[in-house]
Amino acid sequence: MSDLHCKTLTELRGILDSKQISAQELAQHFIRRIQAHDSTLNSFISVTEDAGLLAAQRADEKIAAGQAGALTGIPVAHKDIFCTMGVKTSCGSRMLDNFIAPYNASVVERLNQADTVMLGKTNMDEFAMGSTSESSYYGATKNPWDTQAVPGGSSGGSAAAIAAGLTPIATGTDTGGSIRQPAAYCGITGLKPTYGRVSRFGMIAYASSLDQGGPMARSAEDCALLLNVMAGFDARDSTSSEQASEDYTAQLNLDLTGLKIGLPREYFGAGLDVGVAQAIDAAISELRKLGAEVREVSLPNSELAIPAYYVIAPAEASSNLSRFDGVRFGHRCDAPKDLTDLYERSRAEGFGDEVKRRIMIGTYALSSGYYDAYYLKAQRVRRLIADDFQRVLSEVDVIMGPVTPSVAPNLGESLKDPVAMYLSDIYTVPVNLAGLPAISIPVGFAHNRPVGLQVIGKAFAESRLLNIAHRFQQATDWHRQTPPAFK
Amino acid sequence: MQWETVIGLEIHAQLATKSKIFSGTSTAFGAEPNTQANVVDLGLPGALPVLNAEAVRLAVKFGLALDAKINRRSIFARKNYFYPDLPKGYQISQMDLPIVAQGEVHVVMDDGTQKTVGLTRAHLEEDAGKSLHEDFHGLTGIDLNRAGTPLLEIVSEPDMRSAKEAVAYAKTIHSLVRYLGMCDGNMQEGSFRVDANVSVRPKGQVEFGTRAEVKNVNSFRFLERAINFEVERQIDVLESGRKVVQETRLYDPDRDETRSMRSKEEAHDYRYFPDPDLLPVVLDEAFIESVRMGLPELPQAKKQRFIEQFGLSAYDANFLTSERELADFFESTLKAGGCEAKLCANWVMGDFSAALNKAGLDLAHSPVNAEMLGGLMKRIADNTLSGKLAKDVFEAMWAGEGDADAIIEKKGLKQITDEGAIAAIVDEALAQFPEQVAEFRSGKDKVFGFLVGQVMKAAKGKANPAQLNAVLKQRLES
Repeated sequence: MSDLHCKTLTELRGILDSKQISAQELAQHFIRRIQAHDSTLNSFISVTEDAGLLAAQRADEKIAAGQAGALTGIPVAHKDIFCTMGVKTSCGSRMLDNFIAPYNASVVERLNQADTVMLGKTNMDEFAMGSTSESSYYGATKNPWDTQAVPGGSSGGSAAAIAAGLTPIATGTDTGGSIRQPAAYCGITGLKPTYGRVSRFGMIAYASSLDQGGPMARSAEDCALLLNVMAGFDARDSTSSEQASEDYTAQLNLDLTGLKIGLPREYFGAGLDVGVAQAIDAAISELRKLGAEVREVSLPNSELAIPAYYVIAPAEASSNLSRFDGVRFGHRCDAPKDLTDLYERSRAEGFGDEVKRRIMIGTYALSSGYYDAYYLKAQRVRRLIADDFQRVLSEVDVIMGPVTPSVAPNLGESLKDPVAMYLSDIYTVPVNLAGLPAISIPVGFAHNRPVGLQVIGKAFAESRLLNIAHRFQQATDWHRQTPPAFK
Repeated sequence: MQWETVIGLEIHAQLATKSKIFSGTSTAFGAEPNTQANVVDLGLPGALPVLNAEAVRLAVKFGLALDAKINRRSIFARKNYFYPDLPKGYQISQMDLPIVAQGEVHVVMDDGTQKTVGLTRAHLEEDAGKSLHEDFHGLTGIDLNRAGTPLLEIVSEPDMRSAKEAVAYAKTIHSLVRYLGMCDGNMQEGSFRVDANVSVRPKGQVEFGTRAEVKNVNSFRFLERAINFEVERQIDVLESGRKVVQETRLYDPDRDETRSMRSKEEAHDYRYFPDPDLLPVVLDEAFIESVRMGLPELPQAKKQRFIEQFGLSAYDANFLTSERELADFFESTLKAGGCEAKLCANWVMGDFSAALNKAGLDLAHSPVNAEMLGGLMKRIADNTLSGKLAKDVFEAMWAGEGDADAIIEKKGLKQITDEGAIAAIVDEALAQFPEQVAEFRSGKDKVFGFLVGQVMKAAKGKANPAQLNAVLKQRLES
């Protein structure tokens, strides 16, 4: 069975439970693929072969005992932002190159308890700050569809690894689009849940009020199975929602007849690539065929989202990243002269350019005399944006549009112009500001690179989003495409 | 020129919770360095704070006890600065919306006059760790056991006009937090820390002078001294034509002076902003009522009750209610003794307190408990013991020789109250001094004192003095 990496989780479950192959053999299959392909892609920072095979052995015992759960023996890759006990957790930064986490993130703990098999830790933009995965201390990740292109970011390693068949599923995090945008660029499915749905405990903070972990996979169904384990209240995260989580597979097959879709005119205006627009239009037509009704809506404050985000996120980041001071863990400069020297050089050496840029922006925005003009004003804008969504989502069931204005850019392009890169998050950032769930699903290609459709829902409407995505994927095969070089 | 002193105090009271304010780690004092610090206290990447409900309850209790405003919604904010013993690079505190806002503290001065000090706010925050500069050969050791310990920062208005007023206010707060069981009040261990904002201005001027913040004051005595030193220093500065600089100054008890620590120019921009990891603290009326129901009798109310119920003087009532433990001790003693309140008060405030002070003990470690002292009161009240014998019995009790009755029995100290026995002692004594008796009878009153002394001596202090006196007079005048 050489096509194990093309199977859905449901198919893998059947293969494992019927003992056609063991969990150990399945893990070995993916580890061999990582060994064969990741020198090209650079999607992993660490590969945890030994621990993975050990976990696979335990999974086999469970399967043999007839105690297998939905994910028992399923290989998974974790974004290197989640703390994994005994395993390097670098967050893509030199600062944490020497950091072996002494505890597991809640998400990792839940997936371990579900008997998944960790293959390794995936590459990412440093501290999740970036939209291309190029700011990683460990070098850029390549897009499996075109190794000249970026995979998107910051969860670019997870997206590229799934697209190339190096892992069936992976965890990601999304602060301004970091699950959805790389999912779109790599032609996979990625869900950013409602803020508070997935615990942030053990997930290294970038911007705490926006960060949200979520599932990445090839299909909506696989995302649902992964979300089933990831989601739920966690007493260790005060912002975790107490609302009960659901079986996210239960409503996958609901009929879409009568589904009301809103298309915000602001998401289809100037700056949207024609090829991307065509792929999105085709997808919307497909959904109409499935019974959905479409109408135009307006999110008038959308254009304020990027400026507000680039005040709030760096402000929180400037404070969140203060703990990386060279005192207790992480990078420490050689032979510090005194305390100030220790701080300054450890941080100067440990952080890359994009991280430093955001720390400085955030520090400035919070400074006495500027706080009202920047931070407070940005918070007011955030409220306006959330109100826009609430109003529109009282009229329609979901909002749809492109994930990004264009397809994946070439490597190196964004580094020249950070502001242009910031603007590429224009359709994803507002969703984080409003705390809503949104899914990215592959709907075709433009310029030979994948295009993603974004479906935004009401708070805690993950089941609805997965249902729409699943019905679409039942009717199309974009999600089953594999990059030619990684068959 | 006449100068007026203006003082405001910031008091950090460590809350007596079992665990830290944002983690489940123990707050016990004195453990090996860094053994009481988990992933949250260490500020490890990915760790998140979860608010300790008991810390909130104690803060509300404090606010209710002062009848201050309790904010139904309060917010935690991050105070950002770098320091090695501050693991996250920020302290979680409260800024714009503290849990307790606006109130008044009624302070009774030693001379009985009342002083009202405005309470600006009281907010919850976490403590930092400790930097240890000794024993590390030029390096600094960091102990994070204390990091995350819950504090209530109690901020007063600049309403105090002398060091004495500041001390009286600080003592009032100290007594209150101990009454409420929310803080052990230990100033040496740093559970109750007082920082004083001190300035002076020409008498009559409305604007405040430039203030200095005086830190590192770990007793009430040092607080008074530090303020007085600082006031003198500022007056000297101003009278010599210079200006007071706004700065933080450390009090050095060995030299009895304050020294500059950092000036305003070096002050941090703390970049406060709401902590996105914590939800606003929203308190409902039912919760606040439940805390109110649990409030103990407070010092002022207790003092009033002592005056009305026991007929004590304001001075006595004030003294006895200054600490909850002392008030409880007094009431227990009184109950056990079944005597007059004044007698009991005199003993608790007098010999008993003196013995405690002399031994350097606190109430909890007293060798004489309320039951035992009450037993002694009983024997004084029923005339078994004279005042003098009572002191002997108390000393024996303090030395661990048992309770009052056992000591009386063992030492044969029972006071003689039998009329016949007393008459016999008097007669026997007078028979030895016929000349003096004759002198008295011939009108030399002065010799009476001598005869009393001789009779007392013969009675070995055991006879009831009033009865003894009466019998002696009767015999001499017959």
